Amino acid sequence: MDWLYILMPISGVTIFWPGLIILGVGVGIIGGFFGMGGAWMVTPGLNILGFPMAFAIGTDIAHMAGKSLISTMRHGKFGNVDYKLGLIMIVGTVAGFEVGAQMIMWLERLGSVDKVVRYIYLVLLAFIAWMVFHDVAKRRAKQRAAAAAGQEVDKLATGIEWHKTLHKIKIPPMVHLNVAGIYCSAWLPIFVSFLTGWLAGILGIGGGLIRMPALIYLMGCPTHVAVGTDLFEVMISGLYGAGSYTYKGRTELVAAIIMLIGAAMGAQVGSVATKYIKGYGIRIAFGLAVIGCIISIILKLIPNYFPEAKAATDIMATWLINGLVVALSAYITVKMVQGAKREIAAKKARG
Amino acid sequence: MKALWKKMIVAVTAMFLLMPMAAFAAGGGGAGIVIVADTRKLSGLMAWWSNMYNESHLYFTLLTIIIIPTVGVIFGVLADIVMHFIGIDLKHRDLAEH
Repeated sequence: MDWLYILMPISGVTIFWPGLIILGVGVGIIGGFFGMGGAWMVTPGLNILGFPMAFAIGTDIAHMAGKSLISTMRHGKFGNVDYKLGLIMIVGTVAGFEVGAQMIMWLERLGSVDKVVRYIYLVLLAFIAWMVFHDVAKRRAKQRAAAAAGQEVDKLATGIEWHKTLHKIKIPPMVHLNVAGIYCSAWLPIFVSFLTGWLAGILGIGGGLIRMPALIYLMGCPTHVAVGTDLFEVMISGLYGAGSYTYKGRTELVAAIIMLIGAAMGAQVGSVATKYIKGYGIRIAFGLAVIGCIISIILKLIPNYFPEAKAATDIMATWLINGLVVALSAYITVKMVQGAKREIAAKKARG
Repeated sequence: MKALWKKMIVAVTAMFLLMPMAAFAAGGGGAGIVIVADTRKLSGLMAWWSNMYNESHLYFTLLTIIIIPTVGVIFGVLADIVMHFIGIDLKHRDLAEH
């Protein structure tokens, strides 16, 4: 069975290559569907397959750039990418990320910062999960109220409407974001992207997990446009990150390309699935993914208080993340296949 | 005698030329970790790739950031062809809601 293993030319480790393809398929589906890079799933996955951590991060970022490009191409064709919004946000994201990263280096000089970062991450994720499910509950309440009055709730109605308040700020210059259907001050996307970039810089993550809900709840983007535009951002930041990590010698391109074979298929499935699933369906699945992420971080924090539990919590965190990737990928794939079947049958019926 | 002088000049010149590299290799304060790819077990394309890594991180980086999007576009276009063949409409999304 030697042919199932490949020697990586840079890191010098021997890797089970079908594992890379399977990992690529899983994160491709989830990334294309939710509009995020998925580093929180890939990096531990690569580490489990045998990559040293430094190479796991660089390789993940390199594959993320290619995968996001594939997903952005697909979402762009569906009209889900607001390129103008994406380009405005890059300014804030880059500036915010640099400020956040500098801040972390400053905090590191003051003392141990790892635990603090994990707690901030945990609080932030808990807030995002609350926001998603609070929004879903409020929209359902609206639906029930409309049904009681014998009416139907507006298709564009949302539960949380913070964006409406933010859109009232009229500091010039004002911008029309046609794809997202937003008219607001240009400072709003700059501020939102600075905030999300700053948080990503502090937490040392790509930021898709934060930016996607920020685009929905603070900018007021429809869910599909938030997914597509976020992927456009991930693609650009991924290319920058890939360049940076590769220059430091921490990227295993052979592994990234093998992963891309799987991710190319997965990204298509995830992106096309957004065609068949309503915006609120995507939000609920996203909320569940965030809850999975919260539990895995809690499991990583437990050994700080009970060091003897480290081995058990590490295994549990690994299985949780793997289980989450498999479950979400299976759900999205089934929905995509069902939707595609319906579409093809309808086409045939029309002749 | 002439040959001895020649050898001495070569040795001194080589020492001056190589000394900075030896100093760098010795690591000085705060020198970064240098990872070198082991090319002994590799051949063909893999050996060429890891040799490039050892010789120039700049060329290695430039090629990586060209190859990644190129591979992405190729796979994206291939998947487009497959999706069209299956019969999925890739240009329209009917659901218009939040």
